[in-house]
Amino acid sequence: MTRKTTIPRRGFRDRVARDMKRYWLIYLIGFLCLSYYIIFCYLPMGGIVIAFKNFRAARGIWGSSWASPWYKYFDQFFNGYYFWRLLRNTLLINGLDLLFGFPAPIILALLLNELRSNAFKRTVQTITYLPHFISMVVVCGIILDFFSSSGVINQIIESLGGRKVLFMQDASFFRPLYVGTGIWQGVGYGSIIYLSALGGVDAELYDAAAIDGCNRFGRVIHVTIPGILPTVIIMLILRVGSMLNLGFEKIILLYNETIYETADVISSFVYRYGLQQGNYSYATAVGLFNSLFNFILLIGVNALSRRLSDVSLW
Amino acid sequence: MKRKAAERNPHDNGHWKGQWTYGRPSVGSKVFDIINVLFMVFMMVITLYPFLYVLFASLSNPLKLYSHTGLLLHPLGFSFKGYQYVLNYRSIWTGYLVTLFLASVGTGCTLIASLLFAFVLSKKDSMLHSFFTFAAVFTMYFSGGMIPTYLIVNDLGLIDSLWSLILPGLISTYYVIILRTAIMGVPKEMTESAELDGANELIILVRILIPLIVPTIAAISLFIVVGYWNSWTNALLYIRDSSKQPLQMVLRQILVNNDMSAAAGTGASNRSGEDSATRMLLKYATIIVSVLPIICVYPFLQKYFTKGVMIGALKG
Repeated sequence: MTRKTTIPRRGFRDRVARDMKRYWLIYLIGFLCLSYYIIFCYLPMGGIVIAFKNFRAARGIWGSSWASPWYKYFDQFFNGYYFWRLLRNTLLINGLDLLFGFPAPIILALLLNELRSNAFKRTVQTITYLPHFISMVVVCGIILDFFSSSGVINQIIESLGGRKVLFMQDASFFRPLYVGTGIWQGVGYGSIIYLSALGGVDAELYDAAAIDGCNRFGRVIHVTIPGILPTVIIMLILRVGSMLNLGFEKIILLYNETIYETADVISSFVYRYGLQQGNYSYATAVGLFNSLFNFILLIGVNALSRRLSDVSLW
Repeated sequence: MKRKAAERNPHDNGHWKGQWTYGRPSVGSKVFDIINVLFMVFMMVITLYPFLYVLFASLSNPLKLYSHTGLLLHPLGFSFKGYQYVLNYRSIWTGYLVTLFLASVGTGCTLIASLLFAFVLSKKDSMLHSFFTFAAVFTMYFSGGMIPTYLIVNDLGLIDSLWSLILPGLISTYYVIILRTAIMGVPKEMTESAELDGANELIILVRILIPLIVPTIAAISLFIVVGYWNSWTNALLYIRDSSKQPLQMVLRQILVNNDMSAAAGTGASNRSGEDSATRMLLKYATIIVSVLPIICVYPFLQKYFTKGVMIGALKG
C-alpha cells in the first residue's frame, strides 16, 4: 500500500474554524471549568504581587503602594530573627519524614508480599489502611491525649518506675513524634501503590532467578525491588516535590508556643503572621519563598531522575 | 495489573508471586515467615489499639476512668454518660449539620465539575486540549499560597459563607486526571454510533460514558465524601461564625484547644475531679461519634483503594 495524503493541507484559520465547530460545546464546558481555576488558582497567583507592595486592606491589591525597595519584605524575612529557625525546621521535619516515612510503606509492601496466607494479608491490609481515613484533627487529638502529662503513655512510664515526660512541652520530642505518628497513620495506605506495582512484576523473572540459584532473599533483591523501582522513583519525585507544602495541618494542631523552636515551620508561620496578625504582604513574601523553593525542588528532582533513570513526571 | 499476572500463570489462582517457594523452604525462610507474621500482628495491634482505647474509655464510668492508670482492655464500669454529654453539646450537632451539607452538596458539586472537566480533557484531538491540561496540571505544582487565596475569597464576599468551604477546592485536578483516564479507557466504538447520529457531546457523556465508568465514579465520590468529612483548614481560614463551623473545627476546639465551654447540661459539678472526668469522657465520646460515619463507609471504600491511588494515571 502506498501512502497518499488524501486530505489537502488547510490553513490555520480553517483548522480553527473546523475545530470550533466540532468542539464548541466542549470548549464552553472547558472554559466554565477553567473559570474555577482562574478564580481560585490563577487570581491568587496574581495576588502574589502584594509581596512587593505595602498591602492595605482598605486600598485593595491594586491600590496599595509598591514596597520600596521592592524586596523589602523578602529582606525582612531573610534577615529576620526567624528565618534560619523556620528553614531549619521545615527542612528537618520534612527531611526526617522523607528519610523514615518514605521507605516505611515500601518495606511494609515487601513484607506483606512475603506473607503466605492471603486471608491474613488482607486482614493486615484492611486494618493498617484505616488510620489514613481518620481525620487529622482526631488523630492529633488522640496524640495529644495519649502523650499529655497525665496521658496513657505517661501512666505507663510511671507505673514502670520512670519519670513523667512532658512530650508536648519539650521541644526535643516534636520531630520524633511528628515522624513516628506520621508513619503510624500513613504506612498502610502508602503501601497500596507498591503492592499494585509488585503485582505487575513479571512472574517469569522469579522462575528464572530461582533456576539461577537465587534464594528467597535474593529474589527480593534482584527481582522484586528492581521491578518496583520506577514506581518508587515516581513516588519519590512527588514526595520531594511537595516537600515544603506538607505538614501544615498536623503542625498547627500539634504545636504550641513552648515548642516553636523545633515545631514552627514556614507554612505555620505564614498562617500566624499573615492571617492571625494581619501582616499580609510579609506573609505572602514568605509564602512565595516557600512555593518557589518547592517548585524548583520538584523541577530539579524530576530533571535529575530523568537523567539518571529515565523515569520522570514529564 | 494483578489480573494480568494471573492470566499468565494459571497455577497462580490469585496468590502473590513473592510467596512462591521453589523446592523445600530453608530454615531461614521459615524463621523469617514466623517473624514476619509476628511483625504483622504487632502492626495490627498498634494500629487498632489507640482506637480501641478511645472506644473503651468512651464507654467507661467517668470517675473510674479518671482514677485508672495504664492501658484499658475493656470499658471500666459500663456507662453511656459520655454519649449523653455529646447529645447535649449543641455545637457538635451544628457541626454535624454543616459537615453533612458539605458531604452531600459539596461532593455533588465537586463530582459534577470534576467529571465535566475530565470529559473536556479527554478530547485529545481538540486544539485547546493541551491548553486546558496545562492550566489544570500547573496548579498542582504551584499555587498562590494561603494569603493571596484568602484575599480573593474575602473579595468574593465568601467569608463566613458555607460556600467558602466548597468553592476554593471545587475541582481536584488529581481526581480529574483519574476520571479522564477512565473516560479515555472507554473504547471509541461505544460512542461512535451516537456521534454519527449527531448526538451532542453532553448526551454522549451522560448516556454512554458515565454508565460505563460507574465504578471509577463511585470510588472518586467516596474519596470526595471522606475528604469533605475530614476537612477543616478552609473553615479555619474562612469561617468565624461559630454556628457555621464544620464538625472537624468543633472537634479541634474540644480535642486540641481543650475548650468545652459550649458544653451544656453536662452536670459537671464544681469538684474539679469530677469536672475533668467529664471532660475526658466527652473527648473520647466525641471522637467515636465523629469517626463512626467513616468506619461505616470504610468497607465500601476498601474495594476502591487501588483506584484511589492510581498514581500511574498522573503520567502523560
